[in-house]
Amino acid sequence: MQFSGRRKKLIGSSQNDLYDHCLQFYGQPPLENISLTEFETFAVERLKLLKTVENLGVSYVKNSEHYVKKLEAEFSNLNFPLKTELGDRKVQGGTSEYEKRRKDHISHFILRLAYCQTEDLRRWFIQQEMDLFRYRFGDLTSKHKTDFLHKNNLKYETVSAEEKKSLKDKLITSSYGLSGITVEEYDFYKVPFQDALDLVRTRKVYLLAGNAYIPHHEIVTIVLNDFRTRLSKALAMTARSLPTVQSDERLQPLLSHLSHAYVGQDYSIQKNIGKISLEQIDALSGKSFPLCMRHLHKALRENHHLRHGGRMQYGLFLKGIGLTLEQALQFWRSEFVKGKVDADKFDKAYAYSVRHMFGKEGKRTDYTPYSCMKVILSNPPSQGDYHGCPFRHSDPELLKQNLQNYKVSPSGINQILELVKGMHYQLACQKYFELTHNVEDAGFSLNHPNQYFTESQKLLDGGREIKKEVDMSQRSQENPANMTRPSQANSKQAHEEMGDLDSFFQDE
Amino acid sequence: MPTSDYDPACLPDLLPLYYRRLFPFSQYYRWLSYGGVSKNYFQNREFSFTLKDDIYVRYQSFTTQNELEKEMQKMVPYKVDIGAVYSHRPSQHNAVKSGTFQALEKELVFDIDMTDYDDVRRCCSAADICSKCWTLMIIAIRILDRALREDFGFHHLLWVYSGRRGVHCWVCDDAARKLSVAARSAVAEYLSLVKGGEETLRKVVLSDPIHPFINHSLSVVERYFQQYAIVEQDILCSKESVDKVLSLPIPVKFHNSLCQFWYHIKKYWKYLSCSHNIKKGGQYFDKEIMLQYCYPRLDVNVSKGVNHLLKSPFSVHPKTGRISVPIDLKELNTFDPFEVPTISLICEELERPRADEAEEDDVKDKENEQEAGERRRIRDYKRTSLAKYVKVFDRFLEAMARSWKGEMLKKSGELETSFSVFLTFMSFTYT
Repeated sequence: MQFSGRRKKLIGSSQNDLYDHCLQFYGQPPLENISLTEFETFAVERLKLLKTVENLGVSYVKNSEHYVKKLEAEFSNLNFPLKTELGDRKVQGGTSEYEKRRKDHISHFILRLAYCQTEDLRRWFIQQEMDLFRYRFGDLTSKHKTDFLHKNNLKYETVSAEEKKSLKDKLITSSYGLSGITVEEYDFYKVPFQDALDLVRTRKVYLLAGNAYIPHHEIVTIVLNDFRTRLSKALAMTARSLPTVQSDERLQPLLSHLSHAYVGQDYSIQKNIGKISLEQIDALSGKSFPLCMRHLHKALRENHHLRHGGRMQYGLFLKGIGLTLEQALQFWRSEFVKGKVDADKFDKAYAYSVRHMFGKEGKRTDYTPYSCMKVILSNPPSQGDYHGCPFRHSDPELLKQNLQNYKVSPSGINQILELVKGMHYQLACQKYFELTHNVEDAGFSLNHPNQYFTESQKLLDGGREIKKEVDMSQRSQENPANMTRPSQANSKQAHEEMGDLDSFFQDE
Repeated sequence: MPTSDYDPACLPDLLPLYYRRLFPFSQYYRWLSYGGVSKNYFQNREFSFTLKDDIYVRYQSFTTQNELEKEMQKMVPYKVDIGAVYSHRPSQHNAVKSGTFQALEKELVFDIDMTDYDDVRRCCSAADICSKCWTLMIIAIRILDRALREDFGFHHLLWVYSGRRGVHCWVCDDAARKLSVAARSAVAEYLSLVKGGEETLRKVVLSDPIHPFINHSLSVVERYFQQYAIVEQDILCSKESVDKVLSLPIPVKFHNSLCQFWYHIKKYWKYLSCSHNIKKGGQYFDKEIMLQYCYPRLDVNVSKGVNHLLKSPFSVHPKTGRISVPIDLKELNTFDPFEVPTISLICEELERPRADEAEEDDVKDKENEQEAGERRRIRDYKRTSLAKYVKVFDRFLEAMARSWKGEMLKKSGELETSFSVFLTFMSFTYT
């Protein structure tokens, strides 16, 4: 064993040390030369992996059985490192563990270049990399976890036995699954609460005098925080050195294609400006609005008011379906004036925020309508709010009542409630689409309220037959058997992959 | 009635008097300078003013206490908000290269607003409050104050009455001011138990194990619940309100008995709270009900943003005329929001002549104008009902000053500090 180890060291040089753990913090950029084709291939594959991570994160509970199984499958497909031992025999015709780790390392850094440019891209990249890291860290054995911590200089103070004893009851009741025995046996770490925000936010940890008392097995959350901070800083630094990279003609087209592929349809460029008249909105809300917007519209009509969260979600949606700024101002003013707000106050207080939404004030950012993911995951509604996703945020009983009022069939309602129970909120909304439009299959994968509207309008305007055909062909393209595997890549094949990548994303 | 009748139309006359003679500028400046430990802390702080006719101006900043006074006396703001400490002087933010002007630090703040409890208050709604629902604020302050001090280790908390329908908390510790957006949002979520909008009936969900924080909070709520909910809010008084209580998941086997005897429920409640059967049935439904009716509801968005602007202490509330005064937690149980002085009251108190002042005036006139102005102002507010609230503020500042001393010691070397600390300390004492 030792002999072969030494031999490896002679051949592989210090790179071996770099890859002696299957997981890393990506602290050091790769220093070797790689070919352009490897550059493209690695980037594309990691992007596919991250996209999978994103999709699975919405459809399944993170780190549940389904999630893990599917993610593991994708890891194998794309040849990313799974096993923890480096000394695996090279599988016939496949890639060695070492090569997988190298790919992991290099592809991460390439994607940093593509995703450091804007706030949105950075946020997306960090989120997926964190989810990926969380999954991989969770997969490690206890020993490997400790190894990783030591390798990366994360030494947190352990809590003394006496202190543990005096706090025993509190420690037991603050974390799930702890008993008196485990508290005595396990190591607990005392970490400043600012380093354990995820645990603090969900109240899964005991807090005293500003310190969080973390049991050994929860250390992943702390590590993740560290990971996020490091990555965030690194991306900011990368952004600054980007101009040099972008000036390289070989890299520039690839990098911009990568970041563009993620964005997809954000409904920020209005295609149907001015095609909707204000009189149509009431009717449209029943026919073509997703449930969240239908609720918001109804609440606005009834109360002649919406709070900030509701104004943003609904206002941006209306912008996305084609309302002009003038129409929007008229719409909001006419409704608010019926309530407690007089025209003057509206012009002073609320008109500003409408103009702000259209990018005419302040930073002059043209805000994009919220995607389903954003509506579901951020800014949950509280007392007096009507925004959010009704499938996610409403009481099931109330949701049922609302659906009954909207004349959805009882069996349909049950199907929806089943999906809600399984936390498939977007699928539930899709089902709502199917039931209200009387089709068996929505024919699209819902991830944006404006997409719901567009698809609904398409359907109601006729063109249903054409749509079905298009979907059939797109679905066959999605079949993995048709995708080219990146084996001995040459540039032609890499470009073909790019084409596949496009359609891969368009199917969303 | 301790409050003179307040009429918003008088504000244009009262405010200049207030800012000239009553607003505690030196304490205010002392607070926001935080002992001069960080350079330019006061100069880079954003203020926003709401002027007459609802004109709103942001990015106001001042270089000295004197400039702050002069500007406020000139502009006579109806409302004053405090924002963040920025990387540059807010008044010059347009001159700064775009992207580099950033909010760096701010106190961690909480805003408890009575309208957020409308679904569980029967006595009032919207902007109204009364002595019955004020108990909710007492509960909120007790729970949050304990948690911020004991769980999070903060020491310097300033609780302020907003002037109409709520309270604010300013956490002024150094560590608090440096918190990131994510950290602030995590703290706010840790402190949140009541979740859900119009469409959610069961807003509090408890499951095993119950976190020590929830247990602490429950013990506060339980102390007040009997008096507040059963007696004052009378949540079991009518079939309608019982139905509302019942819409929360109580185990079915109790439904019928409760419905039938809804007018006897007050007696039943005692049985419910004592009976051990209930704990097994719906797990913690009794605790959930108590929390849903009483636990503090905070707006996470207010606490999250580093650049969020919040109403300043000692600001006037234009609709009620009441001054946003600090609350003395030692006297919390006897704090009465209707006893808080209005601007018309304290201006009136100011006008009342006092014989023994004539002598002092002669002596002090010889000093320079600013000091004389300050002394006069200090004499002035001491004559009014504002005095005791400024004292609360003073005590808060003194406690913080001790920590600034520690910071200064750390920053400068050991030998130099004895003299500089002495000087710093001396400059903060006054009559």
